[in-house]
Amino acid sequence: MSKKPTLFFISKNLKPRSLLSQSERKLLVDPLDDDNPITVQVLGICSALAITVQLRPAVVMAISVVCVMAASNMIISIFRNLIPSRIRIIVQLVVVATMVILVDQILRAFAYDVSKELSIFIGLIITNCIVMGRLEAFALGNGVWRSFLDGVGNALGYGLILIMVAFFRELFGSGNLMGIQVIPDFIYHLGYENNGFMLFSPMALITVGVIIWVQRARNRKLVEES
Amino acid sequence: MGKVNTETNGYTLFFASAMVVVVAATLAFTASSLKEKQDVNIRQEKMQNILSTIGIETTRPEAEILYDQYIVEHVSLDGNGDVDPNVDAFTLDLAIETKKPITEQRFPLFKGVVDGEKYYIIPLRGSGLWDAIWGYIALKEDRKTLRGAVFDHAAETAGLGAEITQPWFMEQFDDEVLFDDNNEFIGIKLTKTNNDPGNTDKFDFEVDAISGATITGDGVSDMIIERMQHYLPYFAKLNE
Repeated sequence: MSKKPTLFFISKNLKPRSLLSQSERKLLVDPLDDDNPITVQVLGICSALAITVQLRPAVVMAISVVCVMAASNMIISIFRNLIPSRIRIIVQLVVVATMVILVDQILRAFAYDVSKELSIFIGLIITNCIVMGRLEAFALGNGVWRSFLDGVGNALGYGLILIMVAFFRELFGSGNLMGIQVIPDFIYHLGYENNGFMLFSPMALITVGVIIWVQRARNRKLVEES
Repeated sequence: MGKVNTETNGYTLFFASAMVVVVAATLAFTASSLKEKQDVNIRQEKMQNILSTIGIETTRPEAEILYDQYIVEHVSLDGNGDVDPNVDAFTLDLAIETKKPITEQRFPLFKGVVDGEKYYIIPLRGSGLWDAIWGYIALKEDRKTLRGAVFDHAAETAGLGAEITQPWFMEQFDDEVLFDDNNEFIGIKLTKTNNDPGNTDKFDFEVDAISGATITGDGVSDMIIERMQHYLPYFAKLNE
């Protein structure tokens, strides 16, 4: 009998080969916390204000941004040696806009109700500076697989903050989550009221500010030395 | 493959032109191949909205069958209240129509029958805060009382103006009377100083506005008054 135990012919001594290398994993995970596009790089703030009144649009927006960023990062990366540097920003814009229009058209044909709910928000992806920021800073100088990971990672980091902000705004602003009432009626009978101010943009900024505060309190290396 | 010099003017022009052609072709192809499916969705949604004003709630795919069952007639009216047989009311696009001078506009009217009750359904279109708002109102057989209303919008603020699409908002319009005792058309106002928050008084020409959505709310009031008045000549003829 062999000394090495085997299970379905796979030796346990073999080190499992990871799908992602250390640096590739960093591309995916860093934007979620240490290099978050919203709270650390302070990008994409305008759409974070506009679409975080309710949780549902924020979730669908996050998914759409993941698709758009992954696809456009890959496309720019594929053509990175062919794009003339003088018109690279225009090329990036065209690629992002095309992706966004494609997403919009496909939703309209196959997920009409979702597309109605998102209507203007989908168009807002074009103006999201994170998308172009990653194309310019990463996809133009890196390979396709790494660009894909970078796009997905940054979009997830953006989406994560979006969903957190929307969670608090919908909960305290409307007493709902995903459109369903979660604060029970008896709390209202006790005199509790929804805070209408949560529905306005300034509260999105303040919520983002609180998230940044909490994040830097736990993660001291993000604190700038002055 | 040798390295391409990407910095010459000629190459830049070539790249830009090729990109435009490829992108245009991709988008044109997608748009035209999905158009049919999108048009079906829009058509079904329109039927769904029209049915909803007369209390028939249904899914989009089923709307087509129920529409034929409940909507018995549609007509296009001119400003004098005469029927224009040359214009199909269902395909009439108010977005285009409302940009024409009043005398050239045609006003679509849908007639439905549910459980023997006759209803008149009027499509609406107006302006909200950011972009267009639209909807349908259904009048009961007396042509003075609302049966129901449906609203939709292009780009109102989520959580504020966009709330006009919520059932609790639209239900407020049920049974509201639009004409005073002298048969004068008054319309309906969205007001914040509503003395009737429970909305039990259906003769006050008021429903509760949404706080934080004043402009959208005013848009809804104005839209109902503006669109309704074009139908008054036709209703007057029916009353004769």
